Amino acid sequence: MVPLSWYMALSIMVFSIGLLGVLIRRNVIVIFLCIELILNSVNIALIGFSHYLSSIRGQVFVLFIMTVAAAEAAIGLAIIISVYRNKETLNASDINLMKW
Amino acid sequence: MEIAQVGFIYFASVIVFCAIMVVTRRSPVHSALFMLPLFFHVAGIFIMLDAEFVAAIQVLVYAGAIMVLFLFVIMLFNVHNIREKKCFQAGWPVSVPFVMVLCGFFMSIILKSGFNGTRGQYSMEVMKRIGNSQAVGNALFTEFLFPFEVASIILLVAMVGAIVLAKKHID
Repeated sequence: MVPLSWYMALSIMVFSIGLLGVLIRRNVIVIFLCIELILNSVNIALIGFSHYLSSIRGQVFVLFIMTVAAAEAAIGLAIIISVYRNKETLNASDINLMKW
Repeated sequence: MEIAQVGFIYFASVIVFCAIMVVTRRSPVHSALFMLPLFFHVAGIFIMLDAEFVAAIQVLVYAGAIMVLFLFVIMLFNVHNIREKKCFQAGWPVSVPFVMVLCGFFMSIILKSGFNGTRGQYSMEVMKRIGNSQAVGNALFTEFLFPFEVASIILLVAMVGAIVLAKKHID
């Protein structure tokens, strides 16, 4: 039997790596991939709690998170395409029109 | 060590390795391709937690739909522009210790907590009798019916929005 804290530790590690990727990468597409990593880590935590607390709600929540992730990926990639068409760059540091 | 623990360590180590590779590879194509085994191993973790339906949806939606979307979008861009010399932000020596401290903070929290909560009605015996898909469906179409309908509207709005945003000329 695998203890619940192992799943939580895995979730936290994937979350931290995803957060690191969002903070340090320049490429916008890789930043989006890291957001997917963070959402996956949350899914692992929710399914773990759902299993160990004998509840089904965590699994239903994961389905909704997947819906939001799919919508977010579609919208985000469309925004990246239109930004690339206007500014010819994928570098997050170059997209600084609204920077203070 | 039990067989389940060995399985967990295999899945977890592949997931963490692939996640590190996603963050560190220079080319976004390599990053996207390392996401693929990661999604499959997360599905394996879900199966270990008796969530077969969510594992199937994970493979279908993440590995099947979202990754294909990412790879097609990468294909649309000029590959020579994507391969930059500097792929990390200038502030990465600050970000790495910050994230490590945050990770240690979260780890200390889970080591201290006992995870005691109110148990639901779906114990192992009930799940064995009615099956995972039926249990998820029951919850989805009774207790979570309204969020389920809202999710369909979110997907519709995302579809229309993606088409409008990615169109060449909006008249």
